[in-house]
Amino acid sequence: MDAVSASPTPAARVGRAVRVTGPLIEADGVPDVAMGEILRMGAGGISAEVVGVDGARATMQAYEYTGGLRVGDPAAGTGQPLTGLFGPGLLGHAFDGLMRPLSSAPLWLRPDRPGDDADGIRSHRWTFVPAVAAGDTVGEGDVLGTVPTTGAVEHRVLTPAGCAGTVERIAAGEVGELDAVARVSGRDVHLSERWPIRRPRPHRERLTDPVPLHTGQRVLDLFFPVARGAAAAVTGGFGTGKTMLLQQVAKWCDADVIVYVGCGERGNEMADVLDDLGRLVDARTGGRLVDRTVVVANTSNMPMMARELSIYTGVSIAEYFRDMGHDAVVIADSTSRWAEALREFANRRGDLPAEEGFPADLASELAAFYERAGRVTTLGGQEASVTVIGAVSPPGGDMSEPVTTISQRFVRAMWMLDRDLAYARHYPAVHWSGSFARDAAGLARWQTVHGDPEWAQRRARALEVLAEADRLESLAEVIGVSSLPGRERVVVLGGRLLREGVLAQNALHPNDATCADAKGAALLDLVLDVIDACHAAIARGVSATALERVDMGPVIRAAQDGGPEDATAIAATRERMLDAIRRVS
Amino acid sequence: MSGDGRAPSWAAGEPRVAHRDVQAIRGPLLVVGGVDGVGWDESAQVATEEGVRHGLVLELDGDQATVQVFEGTDGLVPGAIEVRFAGSPLRVPVGAGWLGRVCNGRGAPLDGGPPVTGDRLEPVAGWPMNPVDRDPPHEPVLTGVSAIDALTTLVRGQKLPIFSVAGLPHLALATQIAAQATSAGTRFRVVFAAMGLTHADIAYVRDRLEERTSSGELVLILNAADDPAIERILTPRLALTVAEHLAFDDGADVLVVLSDMTNYAEAVREVSAARREIPARRGYPGYLYSDLASLYERCGRVRDRDGSVTIVPVLTMPAGDITHPVPDLTGYITEGQIVLSPEIAARGVYPPVDTLGSLSRLMRHGAGARRTRDDHLDVAAQVLAALARARQSAALAELVGAAALGETDRSYLAYREELERELLDQGDAESRSLEETLDRAWTALATLPRQELTMLSPEMIRAHLELPDEGVDDA
Repeated sequence: MDAVSASPTPAARVGRAVRVTGPLIEADGVPDVAMGEILRMGAGGISAEVVGVDGARATMQAYEYTGGLRVGDPAAGTGQPLTGLFGPGLLGHAFDGLMRPLSSAPLWLRPDRPGDDADGIRSHRWTFVPAVAAGDTVGEGDVLGTVPTTGAVEHRVLTPAGCAGTVERIAAGEVGELDAVARVSGRDVHLSERWPIRRPRPHRERLTDPVPLHTGQRVLDLFFPVARGAAAAVTGGFGTGKTMLLQQVAKWCDADVIVYVGCGERGNEMADVLDDLGRLVDARTGGRLVDRTVVVANTSNMPMMARELSIYTGVSIAEYFRDMGHDAVVIADSTSRWAEALREFANRRGDLPAEEGFPADLASELAAFYERAGRVTTLGGQEASVTVIGAVSPPGGDMSEPVTTISQRFVRAMWMLDRDLAYARHYPAVHWSGSFARDAAGLARWQTVHGDPEWAQRRARALEVLAEADRLESLAEVIGVSSLPGRERVVVLGGRLLREGVLAQNALHPNDATCADAKGAALLDLVLDVIDACHAAIARGVSATALERVDMGPVIRAAQDGGPEDATAIAATRERMLDAIRRVS
Repeated sequence: MSGDGRAPSWAAGEPRVAHRDVQAIRGPLLVVGGVDGVGWDESAQVATEEGVRHGLVLELDGDQATVQVFEGTDGLVPGAIEVRFAGSPLRVPVGAGWLGRVCNGRGAPLDGGPPVTGDRLEPVAGWPMNPVDRDPPHEPVLTGVSAIDALTTLVRGQKLPIFSVAGLPHLALATQIAAQATSAGTRFRVVFAAMGLTHADIAYVRDRLEERTSSGELVLILNAADDPAIERILTPRLALTVAEHLAFDDGADVLVVLSDMTNYAEAVREVSAARREIPARRGYPGYLYSDLASLYERCGRVRDRDGSVTIVPVLTMPAGDITHPVPDLTGYITEGQIVLSPEIAARGVYPPVDTLGSLSRLMRHGAGARRTRDDHLDVAAQVLAALARARQSAALAELVGAAALGETDRSYLAYREELERELLDQGDAESRSLEETLDRAWTALATLPRQELTMLSPEMIRAHLELPDEGVDDA
């Protein structure tokens, strides 16, 4: 029927629906029903997952629109939890929350749409290039072979967890999606693997020393960096640019694989992501960005419980690529919609609500999700990671609401978007005072080892100037900036230069959409040195007014003057500006 | 508006088993017993002595069905009604037959004409559009309203709400947009759905849209304030189902105006309360987001097909609170917002758009070179940046007095006045071309010293502000 689960077990275990209210279904009389099992409901066989068992009665959440489902309709046990088919053909394509391909689905997503038997991706033939020979000994997680795909990401077929021993047979050449490609000590290994979507994939051990994920966004890389394998959250009211920031990260971060989960968000946005990624070129590999991306789209008008699932679908796909030895990033937009799906279902089930109607296990569910991020040694012994970046959409921009406060406790980096910055068209509107990066110290050590010992010092100084400028600006609003002493006026000027010249980044400008580490460091050096030069000028008796009259345009435009990697042009601007300030009298 | 007792033709399905075991009536809900073989979300007819009412199955539990009645349950007597289930979800006829018609919130005619018929029946709830088949919106809808066209351009396939406060002319603006909006070179159609509007407002809307209605370009679906509240749950779905057909089957560009969504959300809350559901914020159900999304997400364009559905929902923010669940959840779903402000209305500007608080997220795709005019995006960015600066100058002026301001600050204050007079203020029946709108923006920008126009290229400034024959002086 679809990729969700295997065919029903031969011994039919069929009960009857007794209650239907939206996505909540209750059925009686399914023998030996298990928690988490998928039942097929009604004539259409829509999937529903068992979330509670009371005597002979099973409570289920349905993953499709339940319209037309009647009391008395059959409820057939499958004996299987919810599984997805993981194989080549994921990259470059879009799937719904149940991991069914959308590329081949019809325009209108009715529950009775054809399954994926007729699907182009599923019937695709792949070339399998063996990496071992019959007679070799392999352990779990070892590479059996590779499959060339369109993009630069090498698709590796691994010995599954719990499987090791002698390779008895190995395929070569053309194989189908569902074919066996090897036999290892009596067990067939298929090109594609069925895996329960909610279950984390195993790894050998977690690695703790932080390595940065370069995002290409200066405010993140310079001030609030995220480590590979960490979890980060971006939060802000509507219109503050969460989705835009996430899309920028999806486009420009230096991971191997991006899983973009549109969880209860806009359809037009998903279309835009697919369109953009299809056009943009990956600077690191020369391929199209879409070829390193898997899109999981469960827009806000698609079935709600599949929205809840889509988050897990995304993480499982990322873990699948992690196990191959790749660095994967899951972008989940938005975890608030996922939490709302949990809430809606809990309410229908009559669970006692905790805060704002959310179920009491919200914190543990969210924590378990964020903890699926990690940099690990895989079963095959490679270092690889899954980084989770989630959007949080606080209702009414209220940062004290449960999803925001819980996320704050469990993520390593929090990027707080500010409405005032967004209104002033300062993008990305990440605010320096509400955001944090718990791994900043560890990442500073990494920067030191990798040739930038001043990284931490530069960051601390800039944050200090920004904080002082904020304080002075609110003072200046009352007494006027000209009433401030010279040194303070330079701080206000410095704050402005940092904001406009370094933190703000024009996503639409080809030179500025992304930014290399060296260029970011050079820009920050430029602004800090200009501030120092201004302070020196004040000390030698120059008036603040004279300094404010200096055309700072070159500083503000420096980011856009040279290419994303170009740090040398900025050094030239620096000399010119310092010279200009020195000449002010 | 339900004074017309006739049921819409499509509601008269074939007779089915009549259920008389009405066990409870609770708010807009009926609990019917002895039910067998009825599906969830099936439509139902409730026959009373006065006529037929319509409903939907909200819950099935054993042999009980809970039915939500769109016309409300007032006057229903448990022993004297019969409930019949249709065997299918609620469906309405779709087709060009709706154009030029005026109907009530359930689609029954109010214009004295025959019931609306159509090519075929479609479920009012619609189906989610496959996101892979969506074409990202990239062409403008021109409304003839300068504040919108210049600064928050509406794009075909977008959903862009108007956030307002009681007492502001949001209905006039929505009606003006419905009357004037066009898109270049295509058939343009409008579906205007009123939910819970007063009779005075409805009379105004009918009057203002008379011309476009009679020329067969517009559908009016009107639920009045004293019509059954639960009918409001149906009204926008009816409008969107009709619009989807006109757009994706007939290839027209369709604008759907939904006013007022606050009344709609209250109807949703009423049903939720009657079902004793656990409320989320301010008594609204936790699924209000999904419910609103099931309406707003019906906008869009389809790859390789003509036609588009653009949605402009109008809502009044209770007490002007933008964090109220209805504007808040709407803002999370829609692609930007047009905010009306009492302060700007008090300065006598119509439409009183708070340009800095408003945003069209898709504008950069739908405006600029090859879409509207080469200079459009830069001009809009400059107008807004200068306006933000002018606001600071105004705040400073209040503190220190306008006389104590520097020359630059004074020029910004003059700019704001000029901008409001030239660009933002216009008549409620005045339709401006995009050319005129952008030229007016340039006129306002001309009041600023040239070195302040940092977002405009020198070539652009030369082309628009330094035409030799106009002899504009250099600042």
